Amino acid sequence: MADIPHPHGARPRPLSPHLQIYKWSVTMVTSITHRITGVGLYLGIVFIAWWLVAASMGPEAYEPFLRAAANPIGQIILFGFTLAATYHLLNGIRHLAWDLGYGFLPKTAMWSGIVVVALTIVIAAGLFAWAYTVRMGGATP
Amino acid sequence: MKSETPLHRIEGLGAAHSGTQHFWRERITSVALIPLTIWFGFAALALVGGREVDVLTFFQHPWNAGLMGLFIITVLIHSTIGMQSVIDDYVQQPGLKVLSLLLNRGFAWLTGAVCLVALLRIVS
Repeated sequence: MADIPHPHGARPRPLSPHLQIYKWSVTMVTSITHRITGVGLYLGIVFIAWWLVAASMGPEAYEPFLRAAANPIGQIILFGFTLAATYHLLNGIRHLAWDLGYGFLPKTAMWSGIVVVALTIVIAAGLFAWAYTVRMGGATP
Repeated sequence: MKSETPLHRIEGLGAAHSGTQHFWRERITSVALIPLTIWFGFAALALVGGREVDVLTFFQHPWNAGLMGLFIITVLIHSTIGMQSVIDDYVQQPGLKVLSLLLNRGFAWLTGAVCLVALLRIVS
């Protein structure tokens, strides 16, 4: 960015301070996390497509999908997917409240962000624990 | 000095060439996705680690097939708009920008077609 030559050879125009100059706040972190989880979920659509295609093609095609999902890397991806979906859903509700004009006070926005992060961790961990204990009976895949 | 053409001023549109459709579509789909995502989460949880037959039986129920179709379409509309705003923000080179926007649209149509065809195969 700093290397852009000035058309008239004069000294470069002053730039406004960018990200690295500011102290990170709760609202900044939750904002960029909303975007990052959104991009992650976008890529995750591929897994949903794979799941449906594998199921539609019979047991021989479903077997590799199940093995990939049960694999430690698959489990980490699935947990990340669960975490991202939970966060994006909860923080999305926060954004909708803002769209309606609620919760704009700095303190309110900070606390709603903290609540969203806390709820995300509890819900995502709860969903995964449920999947392990209730659904799989605690058995290793 | 205004950089808008008189026509643009009348239409209320600037260099973005479009109005508020994306803004509204993103919000409408996000509201629809609240119940749909919760439904999908519980559906996925009920099928996790199960056999392929369980998935087939689940989606052969018309309600589940219909909700899954709606979920996929709504997710793709919402995420395409979301990814477009990411591209608009970070991709500055015009050629690369057009290419990424096309890939973004292509991704949605392709995954949408794949998911819906798979769903129809399961249902029929």
